[in-house]
This record gives sequence, C-alpha cells and structure tokens, in this order.
Amino acid sequence: MQLVLEKRAERSNAIALISPLIAIGLTLVTMSILFAMLGKNPISALGVYFIDPLVDGYSLQEIAVKATPLVMIAIGLSLCYLANAWNIGAEGQFLIGAVAGSWLAVKTQGTDAGPWVLPAMLLLGAVGGALYGLIPAICKVRFGASEILTSLMLVYVADLLLDYLVRGPWRDPKGFNFPTTAEFDPVATVPVLIEGGRLHLGGVIALVVVAAGAVLLAKTIKGFEIRVVGAAPRAARFGGFNSNQLILLAFAISGALAGMAGIIEVAGPVGHLQPGISPGYGFTAIIVAFLGRLNPIGILIAGLFLALTFIGGEQAQIAMKIPLDVTKVFQGILLFFVLACDSLILYRFKLVFASPKVSRGAH
Amino acid sequence: MGLIEAIILAVLAASTPLLLAATGELVTERAGVLNLGVEGMMIVGAACGFGGAWLSGSVIIGALCGIGAGVLMSLIFALMTLGLAVNQVATGLALTILGVGLSGLIGSRFVGEKISLAPHLYIPGLTDIPLVGRILFGEDAFVYLSLALVIGVWFFLYKTRTGLILRAAGDNHTSARALGYPVLRIRMFAVMFGGACAGLAGAYLPLAYTPFFIPGMTAGRGWIALALVVFASWLPGRLVIGAYLFGAVTILQLHAQGWGVGVPSQLMSALPYLATIIVLVLISRARTGGSTAPAALGTVFVPDR
Repeated sequence: MQLVLEKRAERSNAIALISPLIAIGLTLVTMSILFAMLGKNPISALGVYFIDPLVDGYSLQEIAVKATPLVMIAIGLSLCYLANAWNIGAEGQFLIGAVAGSWLAVKTQGTDAGPWVLPAMLLLGAVGGALYGLIPAICKVRFGASEILTSLMLVYVADLLLDYLVRGPWRDPKGFNFPTTAEFDPVATVPVLIEGGRLHLGGVIALVVVAAGAVLLAKTIKGFEIRVVGAAPRAARFGGFNSNQLILLAFAISGALAGMAGIIEVAGPVGHLQPGISPGYGFTAIIVAFLGRLNPIGILIAGLFLALTFIGGEQAQIAMKIPLDVTKVFQGILLFFVLACDSLILYRFKLVFASPKVSRGAH
Repeated sequence: MGLIEAIILAVLAASTPLLLAATGELVTERAGVLNLGVEGMMIVGAACGFGGAWLSGSVIIGALCGIGAGVLMSLIFALMTLGLAVNQVATGLALTILGVGLSGLIGSRFVGEKISLAPHLYIPGLTDIPLVGRILFGEDAFVYLSLALVIGVWFFLYKTRTGLILRAAGDNHTSARALGYPVLRIRMFAVMFGGACAGLAGAYLPLAYTPFFIPGMTAGRGWIALALVVFASWLPGRLVIGAYLFGAVTILQLHAQGWGVGVPSQLMSALPYLATIIVLVLISRARTGGSTAPAALGTVFVPDR
C-alpha cells in the first residue's frame, strides 16, 4: 500500500477555502491526544484554551493586543513569501524596530518634548526594521547569499544588541539594576482606546495595514508583479519585471511593518524597553501568514486565532498547570497541518494497493 | 595543561555538534532535500538525549535516545515533503517551531538535574604525551565518531554505487527516476540520516558539553550547521575545516570575554552569527560562475505514474 499524489487539472477553490478549517480541526484532535497524554481532561483543556478567553472582556481585549504585532508582521511576510523570498528573521526586525523607536523615547525622557515624539518613534521603528530587513535582501540579490540563513542569524544579533543597550547605556538608573529602560513618558506611549482598558491605537494601525496590504496586492501593479515573480519567475522575466528590485521592496516593507510592530509593542503594552519583549511574535507570524493563505483578510483572522492560543495557553497554565510550551507545540502542529492540507489544493491523495514489484518501479 | 592545549580541546568540543549536524544535512541535501529543521531536530535530540541519560544513567542510551528523537522528527519532515509534496522551506520552519516547543515540554522535568559527562579517552602513555597527547588521544567518543562519520560519508558519496545514485537523485530526480531508481525512497533515507545526525548533535550538548539541559540550549547551532554545508560547497572534507573554524570563533569569543577585552560581551557573543553571515556572503560571491549546490535541491518531486 502506498500514498500517491495525483495532480489536479486545476486548483481546487473549494478546498482552498476549507483547508485551513480542516487543518485547525486536525490540530485540535492532535492536541486532545496530547492533553490526554499529559493527564489532563482534553475537553476542559480545550475549553480553557479556546472558549474561556472569548467570554470575558479583558481577554478579548488582550487577544486584540496580541494579534496586533502578529497581523502586522504577517502581512509583510506574506509579501515576501508571495515573491518567493524567505524572510524568516522578522523577529530580529521587530526587535530592531523596538530599539530604533526607543532611542527617541530614551533621549527625550524627562524633557518637555511635544506630541510629535510618538509619531517620530513609530517612523524610526519602521525605518530601523526596514533597514535591518534590507541586509539579508541585499546579501541575496547582490551576492546570492541565502536570505533564509542570513535573516535568521540577524535575529540573534538583534537580541544581543537589545540586551547590551538595556544593560548598558540605556539602563534605568533608578531601576534597581534590572535590565530595562525607564518607563516611557506619556508623549512616548501608544494611547489606549478605552480608558482603563488594554486595547490601544496599535490595533487600529494593524487594521489599516491589513487594508493597505489588500489594496497593494489586489489593485496595484507592484502587487501584481510581486505575485508573478513568486508564482512564475519565467513569466516575470519575459514581462520585464525586475525581480531583484521586487525582493528588496518586499523585504523593506516586511522589515518596516515588523519594526513598527516592535515599537508599538514597546511603547504600548510593555511601556519600556527590556529583553523578552516578544514571545516569538516574528516566528508565530510565519504561521499566521500561511494559515491566512498569504491573503490580508485571511491573515487578520489567522492572527486573531493565533493570539487566542497565546492567551489560552497562559490561562491553561494558570488554571490547569499545563506547561506554556504546549502553545508552541500547538503552533508547530498547526503549521504542519496547514501545509499538508494546502497540498490538497494542488493534488488528490490516493492510497494505492499495488503488487510490490510494480510499486518498486513506480515509486 | 597549557592554555593553548585547553583552547584546542575546547574548540574541538564546540565544533563537534556542528560537524555532526552538518554532516547529516550534507547527505540530505546531496539527495536533493533541503531540511531547514536541523535546529528543531537538534533541540529535541538534546532534550531526549539528556532525558535518556538521566533516567538510565548511561551516556550511550542517552545518545541513542537523541538519535531516535532526531529520526522521528525527520520522518515527519519526510512524510510532509516527500509524501505530500509540501514546500520544503516551510516544512523545515514548521519542524523547528515544533521542535522548540516539544523540547521544552519534554525537557521541563529535567531542568535543574545534572548528569556526569561522557568520559574522555585515556590510553596510558599516549594520552600523557605532552602537548598533543590530550588533543589526539584524550577526547570524548563523539569527537572521534564525528570524524569517522565524515570519512564514512565521503567514502559513501564518492566511492560507492549507492552514493552515486543518491547524488544523481539530488542533481536530477527526473533522470534518476527514468533510470529506475526509487528517488523518493532514497530521499527518505537521506532525510532520516540527517535526522539521526542532528539528534546526535543535539544530544552531544547535554551529554558531553554541559552536564545539564536548558531550554533553547542549541542556540542556533542547527542554523549554523546549515550555513556550514553551504560554506563547504557540499563537500565533506571542507565541512571539517568549516566546523573547526566556527568552533574556534565560538571559543575565542568566550575567552576574549574572560580576558576582559574592552568590548561589550554581547558583541563577542554575536561573533559566531556575524561570522556566519560574512562567510555566506563571501562564499556565495566567490561562486558567481556557477553554483555547486545539488541541482535539484529543495524542489518538489511527484513521480508520474
């Protein structure tokens, strides 16, 4: 018996629509088994993970807060992946954006700087992230170095840079030697939308980014070129598209969005620069991008769903003593199922029962 | 023991996990499969390797657990990319994300525990030779194993018929298939070999490098191993040079931190990663005439029936 793939005559649109749902279903089944193996009741564990956060207002806001960086980063990543450029260093671009924006917050600390500080910080974050994202892109188009490896290596470098800054030059003198900057001034802080709530302006920015991404991909020539370069490089060459320039553009946008997400996170929910500002947003956003089918609306939904797993994971740890790593396992398994189900769009899976002799020749 | 001797011993120890993982990945890539999940397989190998050794009290059982874990992880990858024709880059990333989570889950109950490290070879007389004795005859078994593995892989790839077929599958899967070779099966074994090596490389860290398990202890070594394969131009011999160079960078930056060189310790810690980027750029630049990578590397193969 063996599994054989049969190419479909054309992409199955029906499956393209339901495949993320199948993937989520299969992931939930797998998770139930994992919960049972950990000695927890699967039904109540899944309830704590996926239902409880949805029924209380504070958690709902928290989901939107966590989804904000995920969605912003994933929109940028989707551009890269559509152009067949593999930016996997969004985590580093996120951190550099946070560092670049925080520089202004630290420098203006305690001065009577006006309300221009926050917009300038967001701009700096975006520019910092974009420049950092351009490093692997330039290494790729200029020297042919694998952008996968260089962008990933830069994550570690960014992490160490942030660590150096908050332990060294930017450390809060009144911070009892903790590696953190002082709390940002009010003018350097992302305002909350509802007084006393958690939801902040970043959520609105994320929605604008989703809309801009949708317009870019569906309505502009550049968006079209990005899709063609990834899907049909030969056709792109005949069309006279400059694929190198498009890769640079995709990385720059992706880095800018990750960087802005970074400074929003620091100037918003966190309030100061410190190590560990990201629970792996840059990597989880890769899953968000694929689960959302590299489509802006899909990414918005996927981002909210992945944010739910972060919140659910925290609650499950408190309520049921389920280790936090289960969330990462969940996210990894989910990505596997998403990718496997995507294969169904192009292929039919068939189990073939053949005699050993034939199967040896055919495999 | 002199300082130079100590440094060389430390370099060999730091290089061995890189060499083990890179050797496995080299075979995988020579068969045409790009498995980016080395880091994930390594970190699960580290957790299972430590767990096995801690529960059984035996380094060998620990190493076997690490190898087994690496193979199981690689089988998921093989099922996805070879069985279901999924994009190899995305699957490799998924494997790493899953591996980091799994290792945390498996390793959480071992955090804070300690084991005794793998013993070092001791041959009376030979090991006692000044300067070179400890370096040549006083390593742990993994160091010798990793070198034997490279020689074995070189012999396999260039001196055996099966090795030739494996390289053919990696250079042109359609032709290899037309000649009647089972491309997907060859690739599956290559992926499993890569998984075994990555699992062993991960297990090396808690078994022979630091006697405990900490989450994320591979610290990007799997990714550096991937870069080493590019550095080596997919040639086993150059892998040894590359791995030892990187091991040297790692150890020298540690020593430099100890000597209190006037630069931030974080900059020194970033050196191995920065060196990887610089090396990748230099190697890729030098190779503008034509790539030495296996021609079918990373491409999906679905055999026609």
